[in-house]
Amino acid sequence: MRVMAQMSMVMNLDKCIGCHTCSVTCKQAWTNRSGVEYVWFNNVESRPGQGYPRTYQDQEKWQGGWTRTRTGRLKPKAGGRLKKLLSIFANPKLPAMQDYYEPWTYDYEHLLTAPAGDDTPVARPKSLLTGEDTKVTWSANWDDSLAGGNEIAAGDPVLRQLSEQVRQEYEKAFLFFLPRICEHCLNPSCAASCPSGAIYKRAEDGIVLVDQDRCRGWRMCVTGCPYKKVYFNHRTGKAEKCTFCFPRIEIGQPTICSETCVGRLRYLGLVLYDADAVGRAAAVKDEHALFEAQKSVFLDPHDPAVIAAARAADIPEDWIAAAQRSPIWDLIMKYEVALPLHPEYRTMPMVWYIPPLSPVVDILRDTGHDGEDVGNLFGAVEALRIPVDYLAGLFTAGDPAPVTAVLRRLAAMRAYQRRINLGEDRDESIAAAVGMTGEQMDDMFRLLAIAKYEERYVIPAAHAEDAHHLEQLATDCSLEGGPFGESSGAPTPISIENLHMLRDRQTADSVAAPDDKEARVNLLNWDGKGRPEGLFPPKKDGANS
Amino acid sequence: MNVLLWVVFPYLCIAILVGGLIWRYRYDKFGWTTRSSQLYESAVLRWGSPMFHFGVLMVLIGHIGGLIVPKAWTEAVGITEHAYHLTAVFVGTVAGFCTLIGMAILIARRRLTGPVFAATTKNDKAMYLVLASVIVLGLWSTLRANVSGDGYDYRETISPWFRSLFYLSPDPEIMAGVPLGFQIHIIAAFALFAFWPFTRLVHAFSAPVGYLTRPYVPYRSRDPRPGLRRSRPGWEGPPRLPTRSGRDRG
Repeated sequence: MRVMAQMSMVMNLDKCIGCHTCSVTCKQAWTNRSGVEYVWFNNVESRPGQGYPRTYQDQEKWQGGWTRTRTGRLKPKAGGRLKKLLSIFANPKLPAMQDYYEPWTYDYEHLLTAPAGDDTPVARPKSLLTGEDTKVTWSANWDDSLAGGNEIAAGDPVLRQLSEQVRQEYEKAFLFFLPRICEHCLNPSCAASCPSGAIYKRAEDGIVLVDQDRCRGWRMCVTGCPYKKVYFNHRTGKAEKCTFCFPRIEIGQPTICSETCVGRLRYLGLVLYDADAVGRAAAVKDEHALFEAQKSVFLDPHDPAVIAAARAADIPEDWIAAAQRSPIWDLIMKYEVALPLHPEYRTMPMVWYIPPLSPVVDILRDTGHDGEDVGNLFGAVEALRIPVDYLAGLFTAGDPAPVTAVLRRLAAMRAYQRRINLGEDRDESIAAAVGMTGEQMDDMFRLLAIAKYEERYVIPAAHAEDAHHLEQLATDCSLEGGPFGESSGAPTPISIENLHMLRDRQTADSVAAPDDKEARVNLLNWDGKGRPEGLFPPKKDGANS
Repeated sequence: MNVLLWVVFPYLCIAILVGGLIWRYRYDKFGWTTRSSQLYESAVLRWGSPMFHFGVLMVLIGHIGGLIVPKAWTEAVGITEHAYHLTAVFVGTVAGFCTLIGMAILIARRRLTGPVFAATTKNDKAMYLVLASVIVLGLWSTLRANVSGDGYDYRETISPWFRSLFYLSPDPEIMAGVPLGFQIHIIAAFALFAFWPFTRLVHAFSAPVGYLTRPYVPYRSRDPRPGLRRSRPGWEGPPRLPTRSGRDRG
């Protein structure tokens, strides 16, 4: 047994209202630069829908994730090492920009400079790739809330696996939102696909990162990731991906998507797992067994044997304590209401989801039934094949049994708590029907409905002493300006905007970065050091630094 | 003049190549990339890029064989000059045209595809010019020598001179009699070597052969920055960094 810690997330889909706040704050924090205009480390998809990039879940087409060979071993679905190297000059399975969307801006300048005329001037859309006029035809959430109807939703790869009759009825059936970030998998196929070895899994907290200095732009990781959550920065020629906001996590803060989530639907915490067991669990033959296999890899942080092994593996005490308080462990292993996204990709994803009960409740309510009555709910979960099968296609490789079990638990909690709310007696039989006690029902309800900030985000060790490095507030004694300036050779500090990119953007001459941009200052990119042109009035003695 | 062209210039270029690569690796690891444009356009790239790259790899192997392996060695294992020449010209011409056509496709694509052209820098254009002239000159010299005569036996002149550069006893005199086409090809090639570290061509030096033997998933420890752990009170003794060397399998 080799104990490792993994920082992971669970999202409660019943609470997602599709407001995209997580996407926007993530974009502002990480991808508001040229080269990654089309990139959303966090995006919110409407389900059913094609997703972003379009139809990414169709692995027959995109060849992401792992495949099990006849001998029971795993290899990347797009091909092993030799095949990867032979196709390195033109990756045959790379999504094109059109599969994401062509980024654009508007010619706002025209609104001010247009000559007087009969017509009101309009700001035309301009492509951020060419600077030419463009037509906006797709975006990261073009089919938001079932926009485009059957025409677009019919292209949903998960929906296509369901029967004909289900597909025709989808519109009556349900809509829910699926926020997605990088899964920070236990068995990451992006890292396995990287010829340079630039993508690695951090030994301490399991966060999967791209070493920007080692990435050579071979772009195999984009193909390797079945969730298509590694992106190619077309300006710098390097891969970029969700970082799990590691600079925030390191100092004990939740990721920016969690911090700003309006519905408070995200949970963060540690999971201890047996790194030696991952390979075997990911190679289980039956796809339906993968979900249970992944759970078998997780280690109970309350078990004395596990605690001893964790100490032996140099996991600090405060981390073990955090793993014991982890809401992730509770949601996955104690209450068993969270499910992984597409376990059949065999990457052992570590961002899990509590499937939404709301499609079932909505149907009951719309048909005039009591959506809080336990009998109605249980009956509906059994009878409503459409949402259950669809959710199974997302979370359990198509096996409806685990989804039904989770929905029954959520339904039971709903009915149980309603009685308490109305001042009726507690009905222990409701809890017993789903294998729980009333006390557990209360605990689960508390965690799902009213858990406070510290209960939702259990992130060990606020390493406040490191603020000096992490936030770059103070100045180090450096040789900047000399012949070996620009922090030569030394490790690059965590910086949202790299010096090179900042310079490139400031000096580029396209619409993406107009000439007058030098005069503008993007405060979001200013790290507090130096004096960007135009931010402060010139000093009286004429010095500019 | 001979000394300048065939001794000083090559050594200068090699020095710039080596020094430039070290400089670039130390100061611009972030810029060390293929800067692939496949995201913008992949239908044409799928033909042009493998054609060019596999062609140029064959050309590279041919050059290594022709320049590094002495004539005496191949004849010692029984390969006659005629047989060697025939294979070299045949394979070389196929590889050369592969490279040339691939490159033509890629340059045309670069010019004609809007986003790809927009992402082309001045440095790229200069690099393409030098690279294309080296390829065209080499192919043209070989073809001309073989069409107008029996071909030119560079293994009697150019190869010994090239090797003499590495023995550190360069012999510029043998190069004086080499046909002009080959001379220009060599000068252009050394100019390309000098330019190499400062262009996107550096990606050739990071060909990922290590991938074949590496474990699939690399693990790496967080940089052991002091202060990342909870600070210890003084009575607990000196601080100790967490040792995780056993975990770092990357």
